[in-house]
Amino acid sequence: MTKETFSYDNKIVKWFAYATMLWAVVGMLVGVLAAFQLVFPELNFNLAQTTFGRVRPLHTNAVIFAFVGNGIFMGVYYSLQRLCKARMFSDTLSKIHFWGWQLIIVLAAVTLLAGFTTGKEYAELEWPIDILITIIWVVFGWNMFGTIIKRRERHLYVAIWFYIATFVTVAVLHLVNSFELPYSMMRSYSWYAGMQDALVQWWYGHNAVAFFLTTPYLGLMYYFMPKAAERPVYSYRLSIIHFWALIFLYIWAGPHHLLYTSLPDWAQSLGVVFSVMLIAPSWGGMINGLLTLRGVWDKVREDAVLKFMVVAVTAYGMATFEGPLLSFKNVNAIAHFTDWIVAHVHIGALGWNGFLTFGILYWLIPRMFKTTLYSKSMANTHFWLGTLGMLLYAIPMYWAGWTQSLMWKEFTPDGTLKYQFLETVVHLKPFYLLRSIGGTLYLTGTIVMIYNLIKTIKSGNFVANEEAEAAPLTKEYVSEHKEHWHRWIERKPVQMLVLSLVVILIGGIVEFVPTFLIQSNVPTISSVKPYTPLELQGRDIYVREGCYTCHSQMVRPFRSETARYGEYSKAGEHVYDHPFQWGSKRTGPDLAREGTQKLKKSNAWHFNHFYDPTSISPGSIMPRYPWLFENDLDIDITEAKIKAMQTLGVPYEAGYEKIANQDLMAQANEIVADLAKDNIKAMPQKEVIALIAYLQRLGTDISGEKK
Amino acid sequence: MKFINYLEQISGVSIFPLISLMIFFIFFALLLFYVLKTDKNYFKKIEELPLDNN
Repeated sequence: MTKETFSYDNKIVKWFAYATMLWAVVGMLVGVLAAFQLVFPELNFNLAQTTFGRVRPLHTNAVIFAFVGNGIFMGVYYSLQRLCKARMFSDTLSKIHFWGWQLIIVLAAVTLLAGFTTGKEYAELEWPIDILITIIWVVFGWNMFGTIIKRRERHLYVAIWFYIATFVTVAVLHLVNSFELPYSMMRSYSWYAGMQDALVQWWYGHNAVAFFLTTPYLGLMYYFMPKAAERPVYSYRLSIIHFWALIFLYIWAGPHHLLYTSLPDWAQSLGVVFSVMLIAPSWGGMINGLLTLRGVWDKVREDAVLKFMVVAVTAYGMATFEGPLLSFKNVNAIAHFTDWIVAHVHIGALGWNGFLTFGILYWLIPRMFKTTLYSKSMANTHFWLGTLGMLLYAIPMYWAGWTQSLMWKEFTPDGTLKYQFLETVVHLKPFYLLRSIGGTLYLTGTIVMIYNLIKTIKSGNFVANEEAEAAPLTKEYVSEHKEHWHRWIERKPVQMLVLSLVVILIGGIVEFVPTFLIQSNVPTISSVKPYTPLELQGRDIYVREGCYTCHSQMVRPFRSETARYGEYSKAGEHVYDHPFQWGSKRTGPDLAREGTQKLKKSNAWHFNHFYDPTSISPGSIMPRYPWLFENDLDIDITEAKIKAMQTLGVPYEAGYEKIANQDLMAQANEIVADLAKDNIKAMPQKEVIALIAYLQRLGTDISGEKK
Repeated sequence: MKFINYLEQISGVSIFPLISLMIFFIFFALLLFYVLKTDKNYFKKIEELPLDNN
C-alpha cells in the first residue's frame, strides 16, 4: 500500500493553548476576588457587577467552560489528528469552533456580570447563548466525526471513545437542562419547576462534572501520559472496562446532590447506590494512569510534565474516593451546604483539571515550537506553588466545612441551638482568608508557567503544518486476529456514539420519567398559591443577584434545621418555582422559611439590611445592595412574565396578566406605608420593595399564617 | 415516597429487575470475556498507537 503524505494542523492547537492560558488567569483571578470578598465584603465595591452573587457564577463558568473547555479542545485537536493519522476534517470548522467558543465566553462574562442568569448553577447562561453553545458544539462534533471518518488508522484508541462519549453526553445534558421559556430578549424561565427542576439541574450539574471535567480529561490522560512517560498505558484491557463502567454508572449519580431534600426517597437512594459503585471505574482509571509509570518513576523526579500528571491523577483518585463517601446519606448530612463541598470540588478542579492541563501545556508547547522548555527550574517552582496553593486552599476549607456543620448542629444542655448563624460565619473568616491566600499562590504559579511558556515560544519556530505520512484504509477489513464483538465497535465510531448514547440515556430516563409523570411524587398542597406579581418580580431579582450562591431554600428534616428554620421543606411547596432556588451552599442562612412567624423580620429590617447588612448584623459578610434602592422595577415586563408563567402551567386566572400591575402597585404601596411607620421614606417603584415582598412570602404558604 | 408504589402499578413488573440485571450482567460479562480472551498482541498494537511518532 502506498503511503499518503498529509499534515497535522498545529495552528488550531496553538490557538486553543493560548486561549487556555488566557482564561486560566481570568477564571482564577475572578476566583481569588470571590474568595477575598468572603473575608472583606468591601471588595464587592457596592456595585451590582462586582458583587459576589454575580462574580461567583462568572468564576465557575470561566474555570469550567473557558479554562478547562479550551484545555479539552487543545488536547483533543492535537491527539485526535495523530490517533486518526489524519488532519482535522475542516480547517474552516476548526476556526468557527475556536472563535465561536471564545465569543460564547466573552458573552458569558458580560451577561453574567450584567445580571442575566437562569439561576441554575453551571448552566446560568441565558437562552440566546444556550442556542449559540448548541451550534458551536455541533460544529465541534461535526469536525471530530469528520476526522474520525477519514482516518488512516482502523482502530479507535480508547482516548477517542472518551471524546465521543463527551460529545454526545454534553449535547444531551445541555439540551435537556436548558429547556426554558423566553419572556424577553435576554431572559427566560426554566421549563421545569421545583423538585423536577432540581432533579434535572443536578443530573446536569453532576454530569457536567462527569462528562466535561472528567471523561475528556481521561481521554487526554490516556493519550498524553503514555506520551510523556514514553511507554504504553498500563493495561488496555482495564481501559475498556474503565470506559464502559464509568459512562454507565456516572449518569445515574446526580441525585446525590439532593440528599435529604424534597426529592423522592427512591431517587435519592438510586443516586447513592450508583455513586458508591462509581469508586470502581474511577479508581480503575486512576490505577491505570499511575501504573503507566511503572519502571519510569525515576523520571518523575526530573520531569516537570510527569510531576504535574502524577499529582493530577492522584487528585483525581482522591476526589473520586471522596465523591462516593460524600454520597452516603450520613456523611452528606454533615457535608452538604458546607465548605467541605467547596474543598472537594477544588481538589478536582485545581488538582485534576488544572495540573493535567499544565502538564499537557509543558509537553505540547516545546514540541509544536521545535524547542526545549525555557526553564525547568521555573516549571518546578510552578509545581510547588501550585501544590502548596492547593493544600492551603483545601485544608482550611475542609476544616471550615466540619466546623460549620458542627456549629450548626450543636445544642445547649437546655435543648436550644448553641450558635446564631452569624456566629458561625464570623468564626470561619480566618479559614476563608487562608483559602484566599492558597488560591493566590496557585494563580501565581500559573502566571509563572505562562511567562515560562512565552519565553519558550519566543525561542522556538512554530510548525504550523506538521508533515506526516500513512497508508489509507482499505475498503475491506481483514482481521489479523480472531474477531470478537467489541472489536467491531472499536472500528466503528458511529456505533460507538449510538451505544454511548443508549448507555447514558437509560439512567436519565429511569430517574426522570417517574418524577415527571407520576403525580404522587410531588404531593400537591392546596394552600400553596402562585406568587403575587410583586413577589414574582422580587424573585427574579433574587435570581438575578445570585442570592442562591450563598443562601439555600431547603430545610432538611433534621432537628438542628427545624429548630433553626422551622418546618422541613416539602416537594409540593415548590411547584410554581421556575427555576427552583434550593441552592447548594449556606454561606448565609437558609431562607425557605424567611417569611414565617419564627424568622420574620420587619420590612424595615430588610430595607436597612439590604442597604448595609453590617448595620444590623455586625460581622456579616453579605454585600451591600445600594442599586436596589436606585433602580426602578421594570413593570412593563410584568405582563410577559405572568403570561410565560401561565404557559408553564402556573394557575393565574386568564386575563390576569393585564391587571397584574394594579395588584403589584397596591402591594408595593402597602410595604411603603409599613416602612413609613418606622420613619423610612421609600418609593414603591424601587426594586428593593419587590425583593422584600418576595422574602416576606417565603415559607408562609404552609405555615397557616395570614399573608 | 417509595419507588415500589409506582412499580406495583405496572403489570408484570417483576420481570423488570430481572431484565435489567441480565442486561447489565451480560454486557459486562461479555466485556470481561472479550478483554480476557483477546490476543495480547492485538492490544499491544493498539496500546502503541499514541507512541507512534508519525
